[in-house]
Amino acid sequence: MSLADTAHPAPTPLSRALHHARLNPATVICCALLLGFVLIAIFAPLLAGDPIKIDPAQRLKPPSDTAIWGRDHLGRDVYARAVYGTRVSMLVGFSVAILVTILGVSIGIYAGLSQIGGAVVMRLTDAMMAIPAVLLAIAFASLMNAGLLTVIIAITIPEVPRMVRLVRSVVLGVRQQLHVTAAISIGTSGLPLVWRHILPNTLGPVLVQATYACASAIIASAVLSFLGVGLSPEVPSWGGMMADARQQFRIHPVLMLYPGLLLSLLVLAVNILGDRLSDALDPRKSRRSTL
Amino acid sequence: MSNIIDVENLSLEFLSGEQRVYALDNVSFSVARGETLSLVGESGCGKSVTAMAMMGLLPKASARITSGRIRMAGTELVGLPERQLQQIRGNRIGMVFQDPMTSLNPVHTIGMQIAEAVRRHKPVSRTEAMQRARQMLDLVRIPDAGNRLTAYPHELSGGQRQRVMIAMALACDPELLIADEPTTALDVTVQAQILELIADLKAELGMSVLLITHDLGVVAATADRMMVMYAGRIVEEGAVERIFARPSHGYTAALLRSLPGHGTGRRGRLTEIAGTVPRLDRQLASCLFAPRCGFAEAACSASLPPSRQVEAGHRSACIREAAVFDAMRDNDIVKGWTS
Amino acid sequence: MFAYLAGRVLSAIPILLLVAIFIFSLVNLTPGDPALLIAGDNATPAQVEQIRERLHLNEPLPTRFAIWAGNALQLDLGTSIYSGQPVTRLIAQRIEPTFVLAAVTIIITVLLAVPLGVIAAWKANSWIDRAIMGFAVLGFSVPVFVIGYLLAYVFSVNLKWFPVQGYSPLADGPLDTLRSVLLPAVALAMVFAALIARVTRAAMLEVLTENHIRTARAKGLPTLRILIVHALKNAGVPVVTVIGIGIATLVGGVVVTESVFNIPGIGRLTVDAITRRDYPIVQGVILFFAAVLIVINILVDMSYALLDPRVRG
Repeated sequence: MSLADTAHPAPTPLSRALHHARLNPATVICCALLLGFVLIAIFAPLLAGDPIKIDPAQRLKPPSDTAIWGRDHLGRDVYARAVYGTRVSMLVGFSVAILVTILGVSIGIYAGLSQIGGAVVMRLTDAMMAIPAVLLAIAFASLMNAGLLTVIIAITIPEVPRMVRLVRSVVLGVRQQLHVTAAISIGTSGLPLVWRHILPNTLGPVLVQATYACASAIIASAVLSFLGVGLSPEVPSWGGMMADARQQFRIHPVLMLYPGLLLSLLVLAVNILGDRLSDALDPRKSRRSTL
Repeated sequence: MSNIIDVENLSLEFLSGEQRVYALDNVSFSVARGETLSLVGESGCGKSVTAMAMMGLLPKASARITSGRIRMAGTELVGLPERQLQQIRGNRIGMVFQDPMTSLNPVHTIGMQIAEAVRRHKPVSRTEAMQRARQMLDLVRIPDAGNRLTAYPHELSGGQRQRVMIAMALACDPELLIADEPTTALDVTVQAQILELIADLKAELGMSVLLITHDLGVVAATADRMMVMYAGRIVEEGAVERIFARPSHGYTAALLRSLPGHGTGRRGRLTEIAGTVPRLDRQLASCLFAPRCGFAEAACSASLPPSRQVEAGHRSACIREAAVFDAMRDNDIVKGWTS
Repeated sequence: MFAYLAGRVLSAIPILLLVAIFIFSLVNLTPGDPALLIAGDNATPAQVEQIRERLHLNEPLPTRFAIWAGNALQLDLGTSIYSGQPVTRLIAQRIEPTFVLAAVTIIITVLLAVPLGVIAAWKANSWIDRAIMGFAVLGFSVPVFVIGYLLAYVFSVNLKWFPVQGYSPLADGPLDTLRSVLLPAVALAMVFAALIARVTRAAMLEVLTENHIRTARAKGLPTLRILIVHALKNAGVPVVTVIGIGIATLVGGVVVTESVFNIPGIGRLTVDAITRRDYPIVQGVILFFAAVLIVINILVDMSYALLDPRVRG
């Protein structure tokens, strides 16, 4: 071991992670926040009481030992509903993100590789994107029976076209490069070559888009439950809580505040993580302007 | 005969995070009234940086002038506030850049781009500014100037765009024109036209020209005096005929030898300069070319070679200049200039 | 130029057709019999059958689509199941609040977001940039109805500067209209502006590294002029594109905001219609929205020619 080695011991993964954490406090906070929400969603029964039990005698009571954030207009425990509401948001958010990714990537790759198929898919995505996403989601949700699956599918469908277009453009870009390399290399079967080159290239942009889709989905699910569509009213959800709180808005604005705040925090955390991912994956990082 | 611009001991650093690049080291020169001074060197030697520093165009966040002065007719340019620098740029100093294809704004007409330079610096009306723009287009020999005023850059060829750049730079009658590799991106035939244009305009308008190039052929054809730069330092300066007739620095000699067809090697072989340009991350008190120099001795790397006068108006920072000239006496180019 | 316009309009037709087919299928494949809904619980089977005949419900699906589409081309979008009013009239009655809300939102957005994006790009990586981008992330993270209620609480309930809900028609005085629309417009604008500011900043950063900006500086032009006349115009195309795309999302936000502030616009109409399975309205309104979006996209395309002469060439 030379003198140089003792002077600078090789960085361990832990020290590198800590260094990175020190440089990016925002990312760390968001990850922690997100983790917190996940844990709340998973351990909801341990953290709160019954969110569904109606108790008209207790309606709109202020915070007490049994209900630390007070009770809503049906006497339900606001804190419990907020905690359980996390489940709906997290489930919808992640499920939509995963579904959109699976559908979007598969359709997008097909559209990128097939000439005619690609043109058809593009027309379809144009048409779907011409319909306002919220309206489409509401329409889907009200067609099917109320339930979480309905909401997930209803929100996924309008989000898929965006992912499809993204993946397709990546595929087209990679194909352009491959034409050159394929011309040089001996023609092995195109498909495995394409998989090996295309999928790694799509990973970055798809991950970023999936994160934004997750945030979008969380907002969309709140909008749907706010409008009273998709989930039955007793299922605790933040959007639903805000809709319930409308009547008492002037007198008890806090009933609106709690779910609104939680919703905003979660979406903020996801969006910031999406931004960080996008920055990290952007190959052209520091381009200085001449001003 | 006063000088248009005097640069004294200019040193400049680039800062990027923890890294420091010593881009310019004690650069001094003057451009006299009515002369064409050429700044010659390889890519990365600091010639463009010098020009940008003179105009104050380097990003303030990363570029720092650590010492030296740039004086133009009594005004000190280093440390001048941005607003006052803006009054000098385009007005007293005009600049033409290397890439005409990207140096013009694609969404505005060329007439507008010339006229706005005029309106910025002179109290004229819009119509008068357009008339001046038309005059300038005529001056740079763009045919059908009147109609071309409403043309967009993408409708012009590379050579024409460079003419427009020159028109823009000269629109306010500057005392100095800085041309940074004006012909490098152009076809060979167009190159000659542009150089001829600059020379003619210089004669007509009487401005001085600072011509930056890596092409010795261009220098020989157009410049009165020249400065050879290497790794941020000026290694040799003097009248063009004198330097070609009596090269007095190892680097100058290497440049002359590397010109195709004129090397002392066999016909058809390009003589290259072995080695690579040094990384400028440290300040060294030695000759920076020594590691690549065929004439180098131990003393070259031991201390900073002083700039010595070889003959009147001809200086060189090479302690081996006598040996260099001796070796170059038989070089084709040198012989061509000594006869 | 006209050829280009004609081309775009022509290519929009199949898209509109696809939208029509899509939404028609979606709505009409719903379980549930609209004839029953209209007839009510006490109707006789004969009465129900009569209604079925009137609404062509016994015809095969493609025929029904053809009838509907044919009528739509003549601006007859059918009749609401619940109110019996023609859909077209319903839309016409409620278009003013939605349009005014959207217009005010877009104006506030552009006036706010574009300058902020330019400043953020100019002072990239400074605290100003970070602050602006920080607000931007906040803007599109906090859902529009949360912002809406927040604004309503502070400005309507507490300060009483604006009405808490409702809409004052233009006919009753534009100032009152503005007052009733301002809070929801600001809420929507927060979200929209966040998006536009980000895109403006990104586009400006790209442009500011280009060589012609260096030339503009070398001419001694003042910084403000360089930013706006030289840089912004070049950044125009991506920014306008996103404004166009953003309007589609804006519609979604309008729907929610109309609910929050009780504005009787098309958004409310649609939501109520969907939850009541009033399918003629649903079909008609979605087709209408799609047509509007397509027109806006064509306008955006045309604006490229104005902004970038290379497109015209």
